Amino acid sequence: MSTDVTTLLAGPEPAPTARGSRAIRFPRSPKIIAGLVILAVFAVLAIIGPIISPYSPNEINQNWVKITCQQGPGLCIGEIKDGVPGGYVPLEVPLGPSSAHPLGTTLLGQDVWSQLLNATRPTLVVAFLAGLVATALSILVGVSAGYLGGSADEGLSLLSNVFLAIPGLPLLIVLASYVPGADTSVIVIGLIVALTGWAYGSRVLRAQTLSLRNRDFVEAARVSGEGRLRIILAEVMPNLLPIIASSFLFTTLYAIGAYVSLAFLGLAGTPTSSPAGPWNWGIMLQQVFDNNAVNTGYWWWWLPPGICIALVGTSLALLNFGIDEFINPRLRAVGLTRKAARKAGIGFRATLGFTPVVGGQKAPVSSVSGSNDGREGSAR
Amino acid sequence: MRFIARRVGFYVIAAWVAITVSFFLPRMVPGDPVAGIIANASIHGCNPYCVKALELEFGVFNHSNLLVQYLQYWGNLFHGNLGVSYFESSQPVTTLIAAYLPWTIGLLGVATVISFLLGTTIGIFLGWRRGSRLDWVVPSATFFQAIPYFFLAMVLIEVFASILKWFPPQYGYDITLTPGWSLGYLGSIADHALLPAFTVVLASAAGFILGMRNQMLTTMDEDFVLVARAKGLHSRRVVWYAARNAILPSVSNFSLAISLVVAGQLLVEVVFNYPGIGYLLFKAVINHDYPLVQGVFVVIVLVVLAANLIADVVYAFIDPRARQEA
Amino acid sequence: MSEMSPSAPAPSTPSHSFTRQAEPVLEIRGLNVDYGFGTEAVHAVVDCDLVLRRGQVLGLAGESGSGKSTLSMAAIRLLRSPGVITGGEVLFHPRPVEGESSGATIDLLRADEAALRRVRWSEISVVFQSALNALNPVITIGAQFDDLLKVHRPHLSSAQRWDRGVELLEMVGMTGDRLRSYSHELSGGMRQRAMIAMALALEPQVMILDEPTTALDVVTQREILEELMGLRDRLGFAALFITHDLSLLVELADEIVVMYAGRLMERAPAASLFRAPRVPYTYGLLHCFPPMHGERKPMEGIPGSPPDLRALPSGCSFHPRCPWAMERCRKETPVLTRIDASGREAACWLHSDGATVPTELAVADPGDRGLSAATRRVAR
Repeated sequence: MSTDVTTLLAGPEPAPTARGSRAIRFPRSPKIIAGLVILAVFAVLAIIGPIISPYSPNEINQNWVKITCQQGPGLCIGEIKDGVPGGYVPLEVPLGPSSAHPLGTTLLGQDVWSQLLNATRPTLVVAFLAGLVATALSILVGVSAGYLGGSADEGLSLLSNVFLAIPGLPLLIVLASYVPGADTSVIVIGLIVALTGWAYGSRVLRAQTLSLRNRDFVEAARVSGEGRLRIILAEVMPNLLPIIASSFLFTTLYAIGAYVSLAFLGLAGTPTSSPAGPWNWGIMLQQVFDNNAVNTGYWWWWLPPGICIALVGTSLALLNFGIDEFINPRLRAVGLTRKAARKAGIGFRATLGFTPVVGGQKAPVSSVSGSNDGREGSAR
Repeated sequence: MRFIARRVGFYVIAAWVAITVSFFLPRMVPGDPVAGIIANASIHGCNPYCVKALELEFGVFNHSNLLVQYLQYWGNLFHGNLGVSYFESSQPVTTLIAAYLPWTIGLLGVATVISFLLGTTIGIFLGWRRGSRLDWVVPSATFFQAIPYFFLAMVLIEVFASILKWFPPQYGYDITLTPGWSLGYLGSIADHALLPAFTVVLASAAGFILGMRNQMLTTMDEDFVLVARAKGLHSRRVVWYAARNAILPSVSNFSLAISLVVAGQLLVEVVFNYPGIGYLLFKAVINHDYPLVQGVFVVIVLVVLAANLIADVVYAFIDPRARQEA
Repeated sequence: MSEMSPSAPAPSTPSHSFTRQAEPVLEIRGLNVDYGFGTEAVHAVVDCDLVLRRGQVLGLAGESGSGKSTLSMAAIRLLRSPGVITGGEVLFHPRPVEGESSGATIDLLRADEAALRRVRWSEISVVFQSALNALNPVITIGAQFDDLLKVHRPHLSSAQRWDRGVELLEMVGMTGDRLRSYSHELSGGMRQRAMIAMALALEPQVMILDEPTTALDVVTQREILEELMGLRDRLGFAALFITHDLSLLVELADEIVVMYAGRLMERAPAASLFRAPRVPYTYGLLHCFPPMHGERKPMEGIPGSPPDLRALPSGCSFHPRCPWAMERCRKETPVLTRIDASGREAACWLHSDGATVPTELAVADPGDRGLSAATRRVAR
């Protein structure tokens, strides 16, 4: 008999509570902007990297270098050093950062900056390929399981749960050691990484589809006789988009870690061998490790690839955070942050269950019971 | 309890899938990987005896069909026979794993427990005191979460072992000492474990911190936390009520977390030359020691599934709904 | 703090005059609540005055988003972030202790955490809309009674606390062994009963009921309401009953206040408001709901949707939806004022000098012929 008022007086919840506000604010979120900027920089590097690379990343510099005399007297030390003929002196490798080698060189005299530039594209290609394929897989499995229900759901859920329970990296290692082409082709390695990374997204999407399936608008579409595929594509999928985006970012983050880990273990090919594997940031770290260069102070060699991995990872995590806050408004910092309070010139910390009182009149506590304000209301 | 029984059933299936995949993979993929493996092994110093063993292992001369081989493989597995390593002095894989596994379990167990407790506590605090001075932890944790464990290990070795010389840079104990229950030996184990454990904790705590903070924020929006306030309970109890509920998803999603921590730790062991199973796996991979790769894989899967089962028991203990669920 | 057992002499059958003349127990004066700070602040409650008298049921009605929950939660400082109280006072008058003239009045908006904690639940308890969300899912009902009694009744032994729990559950028609249940093991109606029992545990003087039956089916809703009103007659607590369902209030409340867009629109004794609304908004609300008893009226509803508090229309917030809106309504904001000799109050320019009151809003007030809520309940 009594019906929910909202269905009668149709309209959006206007109170701008944490839950109520549906305004799309994520593009303004500093997290999203920071994430996008970092990612854009690396995307540009991935595209133009090999073009602007000053040297070939494989180019092994002779351990001899021609001395170029600098201006001023007595600076051509090379000519007297060891009496080497022709003005060549042995090069001390690895070289630290200089104008010729902005990030120094490796133990073989390869230019680290060129390696970094050439490694960007394969690393990002594998990460995003794996992210895309894994997301496609997780949509296929998760949405089907959630929408179809019944034994199809049970089977598909079991599948994704099994993949979730089996530890990813060991499985990856086994796959990468056996599957041919894993060491030379970014496509093959991308697909292998995708195969181990789809399960989590599938589980999240299944849960969300399950809750969407019983919503009014899906029910309405079903009753009006629309086809299953059409309902999934037109009604369910658009509502899953934020979660799909979040799952894509999460998987890409996982993929970049998985790829560099495989490369670090030497399972993603070697750029200098034949057939040659692609350069990537993991290989660079592996060569550092192989040459025992970690605790020798050659920071310019191993710090840059690691920082690149961390930066790309952080940008993906930041984007994911932003989307999470969009999906789950409870995570969004609204209004009463410390900063906002300070800006308003009020010193307090918002504590759950003790609503802050600001400004207002400092009226003394009235001890008179039944004051006039009250009486007016009910006097007749 | 039916909940636990169901989970055990599930892990049995998961283990079966993992082991089956690792059996069929080298035999099924296109391009005759077995020939490749054997050729590769010869290049990497596999002597004729070793080649012979390889051929036997992969059934090159075995004309019985795959199914029979598969059943034999299971029979061997139940007898604890995972085959023979080609490079580690032809020792049984089981023996090798038995020697390396305790180091990993010790390090992993201690580091994971510390990281979980630390990360969860910090996450609870950050969620409860949102907007406090400590909010800088959130972006830092995001950054740490994106750093590969092995890179963090390299940085920490450089800083704490090379520059500051506070910790030894590698291996599990001082190799000049004789293994035994002597104080010096145990002390050197602890000394060598500190930096790798610190690496794993630092890298994995970030995930627990962020996850728990988000859960805490979500839970604090629930009415029952507000009711606890309305009831006039002390703040300590209100936080406890929120945290007690917020921790449930962390425990039920433990499989994902442990999978990432294990992956990270395997590589940390490699960087530290720590004599654990990750280091063994690394050696097996670079030597193309396939029986060892496979054996280590199976053991890691079983260990991880066991860890998941422990998490499930804990979950059943702390969530009455799971306990009751038919 | 005197503890009142159910058998103690209480205003068990509040007479008509008793309800009218009773002393205020909770007075809200000039309450202002914002969401957020400074320029982004949204005024969710503006200058609201309410008086709750001992033993009285005060109904607070309005659409979702009208600010009724915000008002009540802010009054007891339970409003969540980003809510901020920007002015007013909320006076709680404790029960007079025998021998003393009266307890010290407390302004809840100026009380510190410790003082608030003491008042909470022992004097003012809250029942939320969904008991499923309001009960802690991981501890038993008994434990949730126990923590409460432990804090507020430290002298009770653990066995006494248990007995008190059993007694309370039996009071709301449940068996004592339910103390061992978890909330998910109870039906929706049982959960809300348990919540009500908990709200009664310390014999509070004020109970805030925030849509306590909205989440329940109609039959259970009726059972719970009758239970609740029976308990009120027995124990004599005052209740602030918040609902969007005016037809419910007509049977329960002594006095009704109607809210719209954060302001009070109309205040009147229940029967008067129901039979003879004076404000167009109340009129619209009344025609939204089929009455629970009596003849059915055609439903008209209110055209348009509730206002967005971030962009309120000028003048009277209701004017865009009001069929009788005048030029003045677009420019000036009406405040709640007495409109006739009987003491009826309305915030509407139609009742100002020079305006013509539409016939729909000029129905004769049943006045004293209207029975008090308590009497109506007995009559039923």
